Amino acid sequence: MILFIACIGLFLIGIYAVATKRNLIKIAIGFCMMEYAVNLLFAFIGFKKNALAPIITSQTLERNFVDPIPQALVLTSIVIGLGTTALILSLIVRIYEKYKTLDIKEIRKLRG
Amino acid sequence: MKGFLPLFVALPLAGAFLIPLATKIKKWLGVLLANIVTASLLGLSVLGIMETFWGKIIVYQIGGHHPTLGIIFAFDSLSALIVLLIGLVAFSALLFSVRYTDKFTGVGKFYSLVMLLLAGMNGVALTGDLFNLFVFLEISAIASYALVSFGINDKELEAGFKYMVLGEVGGLFILLGIALLYSATGTLNMADLANTLTNLPKTPIVWFILGIFLFGFMIKSAVIPFHTWLPDAYQYAPASISALLAGVFSKVIGIYALVRITFNIFNLSPKTAPVFFNLLLYLGVGSLITGGFLALNQNNYKKILSYSCISQIGYIFVGLGIGNYWGITGALFFILAHALTKGLLFLTAGDVEHKLNTTDLAGIKGLRDRMPTTSWSLIIGLLSLSGVPPLPGFFAKLLIIIGALAAHLYLVAIICSLYSTLTLAYLLKIWQPIAGKSESTLGYPGRAAEIPTMTSAILFLVVVVIIFGIGFKPALTWIVEPAATALLRGIGYAKIILGG
Repeated sequence: MILFIACIGLFLIGIYAVATKRNLIKIAIGFCMMEYAVNLLFAFIGFKKNALAPIITSQTLERNFVDPIPQALVLTSIVIGLGTTALILSLIVRIYEKYKTLDIKEIRKLRG
Repeated sequence: MKGFLPLFVALPLAGAFLIPLATKIKKWLGVLLANIVTASLLGLSVLGIMETFWGKIIVYQIGGHHPTLGIIFAFDSLSALIVLLIGLVAFSALLFSVRYTDKFTGVGKFYSLVMLLLAGMNGVALTGDLFNLFVFLEISAIASYALVSFGINDKELEAGFKYMVLGEVGGLFILLGIALLYSATGTLNMADLANTLTNLPKTPIVWFILGIFLFGFMIKSAVIPFHTWLPDAYQYAPASISALLAGVFSKVIGIYALVRITFNIFNLSPKTAPVFFNLLLYLGVGSLITGGFLALNQNNYKKILSYSCISQIGYIFVGLGIGNYWGITGALFFILAHALTKGLLFLTAGDVEHKLNTTDLAGIKGLRDRMPTTSWSLIIGLLSLSGVPPLPGFFAKLLIIIGALAAHLYLVAIICSLYSTLTLAYLLKIWQPIAGKSESTLGYPGRAAEIPTMTSAILFLVVVVIIFGIGFKPALTWIVEPAATALLRGIGYAKIILGG
């Protein structure tokens, strides 16, 4: 239970970073934290104490396995996270080329 | 007849890979390929409407696994409605793009991203697996972030960044909701989830999960406290992309996914979850009013349309929040009417932008003399949006107001009807300069030459809007009412999928 709460805590720290930080790179880091929080949560959901990897062999007849589905989901969501991180960083690079700054207060051209 | 389901996703995905290659050979080959894909998607979606008319759910098991083990596609009337709208708007938007994309250097990349957007949206509408829904949602969302900033000028990039930050926070909330839901139920199949959740007592954790989902989808559909990304994104995206995003994207990944989860998985109704439905109602009324007043203050054509999107989404939320048969039918008919109308309006905006290089209201004075076809199409769109009788926008609002009266929500009914006046007010702001006298100093003295593909794309949507307006009754009985029934079936959705 404490681990679940820790994951939610990490998620909230990520949101805090995204909402309050002025530097674009720090916003991107906040994202990564949120992503990792959810991925960790998935991994904990599938976790069981003293359980084996979910591969059926002749030695593992008692079938005390960890849940394999969250692990598959985590892999998928890591790949999606890779895509979003790459895109957000490339947007930041482009923005830096145009505005010569990473401070979000100075980038605000669009208002209203 | 279930073999056609994977094509909804496979065709645009194949297009996304083949089009950049084709544009390397000849540019027109890639463009042609993209249009062939959207035309066939439109054809397939019409087939889908006919297949699901009798309340049937077509289930396609990917890889032949049993529903609870593998991923399934479940295609019912609601999916058919959404897929039809995607088909109609995508077809006209891509026909429009043929010449509109002349100003871009990476045409192949543009079409490739559009195809990914379509594949993602179709996948969301079809899938019967919650995690798969998230994957498709992210495919289309990532493509949309890239498309919004496709112009890579400073403003486009900033709008894209803003959109991406909020959109991704929404996406991560949805993923968090899915993770918690899996830990509570141990399954991801929507039908199986619905069954498990009815047997589970409604503990606070279930409401917490629902709240997290609602939060995520609120950001994705830009309801009022989270609307800040929408106006910039829609204004600076290429016009055909604005048409796709405003017309179908925000509805598919925001509203469709939300209603699928609330009605068919959590099996909620105004009786069992009054707080949730009241929340939807308040959010709807809030965005309705705020979006309208914000739109009134703008002086850019595309921006007025963008702010009007916020208030129109408010209408849909009101319809859903009312939650009775008429409210839901009205909300779904509103989705249909708004998708076609907003698609049409953004395409006319794109036409103006392409020919006059501006969408400021000051710059489009005397448009009626310079671009008569576009202006008259624009009027049809504006009339439909503000709810003038023979056009679909009117019937959608009427159904929602009937729903509000049937649920004894008189104040909501009054707000909805009064708000139509406000819509008319900000739409007149667009119409006023267009009908005014042309100023020859602007450098476009005579009539602008029509570009056949653009004009025909706009006229196609005009015809569709008029057909759905005049043929309101058949459209309601053939397309919208089956969809509303599919939604209100609640847990019956699970029974049909797992039983069949």
